[in-house]
Amino acid sequence: MVRLDKINKYYRVGAHSLHVLRDVDLEIEPGEMVSIMGASGSGKSTLLNVLGILDGYERGEYWLDGTLMRDLNERKAAHYRNKFLGFVFQSFNLLPFKTAAENVALPLYYQKVPRRKRNRIAMQYLERVGLLDWAEHLPSEMSGGQKQRVAIARALIGKPRLILADEPTGALDSETSHQIMDLLTEIHQTGITMIVVTHEHDVAARTQRVIHLKDGRVEADP
Amino acid sequence: MSLDRWLEILSTLGRNRLRTFLTMLSVAWGILMLVVLQGAGQGLSHGTQEQFKDDAVNSIWMFAGRTTIPYGGYPVGRRLTFDNGDYDALRDAPGVEHLTGRYGIRGGGFFGGEVIVRRGDKSSSFDVRSVHPDHLYLEKTIMVAGRFLNQRDLDGHRKVAVIGMPVRDFLFGPGADPMGQWIEVNGVAFQVVGVFTDEGGEGELRKVYLPITTAQRAFGGNDRINMLMFTVGDADVAESQALADQAIALMAEHHDFAPADKQAVRVRNNVEAFDRFNKIFKIIELFVWVIGLGTIVAGIVGVSNIMMIAVKERTKEIGVRKALGATPSSIITMIVEEAVFLTAIAGYVGLVAGVAILQLVAAVLPANDFFSDPTVDLGLAIKATVILIVAGALAGYFPARAAARVNPIVALRDQ
Repeated sequence: MVRLDKINKYYRVGAHSLHVLRDVDLEIEPGEMVSIMGASGSGKSTLLNVLGILDGYERGEYWLDGTLMRDLNERKAAHYRNKFLGFVFQSFNLLPFKTAAENVALPLYYQKVPRRKRNRIAMQYLERVGLLDWAEHLPSEMSGGQKQRVAIARALIGKPRLILADEPTGALDSETSHQIMDLLTEIHQTGITMIVVTHEHDVAARTQRVIHLKDGRVEADP
Repeated sequence: MSLDRWLEILSTLGRNRLRTFLTMLSVAWGILMLVVLQGAGQGLSHGTQEQFKDDAVNSIWMFAGRTTIPYGGYPVGRRLTFDNGDYDALRDAPGVEHLTGRYGIRGGGFFGGEVIVRRGDKSSSFDVRSVHPDHLYLEKTIMVAGRFLNQRDLDGHRKVAVIGMPVRDFLFGPGADPMGQWIEVNGVAFQVVGVFTDEGGEGELRKVYLPITTAQRAFGGNDRINMLMFTVGDADVAESQALADQAIALMAEHHDFAPADKQAVRVRNNVEAFDRFNKIFKIIELFVWVIGLGTIVAGIVGVSNIMMIAVKERTKEIGVRKALGATPSSIITMIVEEAVFLTAIAGYVGLVAGVAILQLVAAVLPANDFFSDPTVDLGLAIKATVILIVAGALAGYFPARAAARVNPIVALRDQ
């Protein structure tokens, strides 16, 4: 599903350039659930950017579902994000002025799905995360756990091959975290590949494989 | 543009009502001010033009005065009076297009004061002017029936009269045909040969015109003329000034006064006066433009400012949309469409409000010599609105372009 081949990435900081990803090799099979761990500054956010086609890289190759993601223009990148990827964020990132249903339907807006149809599909996904009754509520009226469920429904609606979760439980209490991880595991079991970036060992422990990142290198990939 | 896009725009605009309102206010205000200023300028201009409508603007009027410079053995303070000799001299002078004298009947004012005009048992006092045929051009008299005075009337000292519409309405009844009927002016009978109207208003209509020669004879004027008026064709200010000087020189010769004596013959040069007014209005127009453009610029700055803040505030939203598959162009299009939508609506509101204010002013304020008919140059107002819409689009475009380049992860981590 995902193959990284000697990925190198630099950030320019003033006159210097910072080598943030050093020869990262990574292979994730379809249907795998992997966690990426690492201290802050280890390059895990950068790696997530690259995996999420949100940022480019200087050397190496990134294959996503058999397609080389390299030197993409913004249009193409947006297209692949929309087609291949679903994002789940630590701070949920729901649009505050849209209802739960509208938030869930948003990726379909960019797939040019007609309004009526995408609202119907959004309802199906809200039902799947157990929030059908909250469809017309604004994010501000929901709890953290509920918001993250809405975000997960939004990540799923585009039928992605890969879900990238960036600290999905970082803003939640332990019980809610548990429920969210249950939901993610359940989704994974339907066959979707999942990469979870986290610094929590509990969360990492619930994935099939843990990749440790240190100073821009993959440290242990058993 | 699809309904979907409209709904998306409306939902985002509805989210921050205060900001939406302020943006619209700055645009609407700019257009409103431009429209109102424009209309006010037009009103001033119309009001003054109204004053010139009455008479030929390319004319020179001359009045006899008193000498102030000793000349040819005469003392100062000698009172001068024009006579038919002055008229003849001017008629032969080059550059004089239409020429008329005016002789007012005694018993009224000096320049043709109010005189009793009677028909049967109806009588009233009207202003009676005895003039030459060319007076028609000087006063811009418009004939509605019959004819104006002609040279044969003057040559034959005919007792004929041309009357204004209100005079006819009073003496003969509204719309009646007075042609060939007789009226009595100061006890002398005159036959009506024409009815006229004039754009100068009621005051210019309550008049009776008689042949100057007849009046001079009938009312003991000898060959006196109170006032001489002539047009100068399309002469410019300097040329008209030269023609006035030439006329003074002719009279100085005829009456033996110093040609340099400014008081002996007083001159009103309408060419110069009209030119002066035109210059003033050019300046007012320029002033209105400067203020109007200033307001528009202020509106543009306001819109740019608010759009910039709006886009900055929405960095996170833009990040989310990008992560969900929005292309940079779709982000830019969304923001520009919002900006255009806002400014277009606001511009229209300002336009309508401005026109409404002008209509109200026009309705409340009676037309007077200084202000009338404050119309708006609608083309200009629409142009200004389009400029503001384009400015709004640009004001949205540049920050949106910057925002669309933002890395979503950075935007999303921005708390």
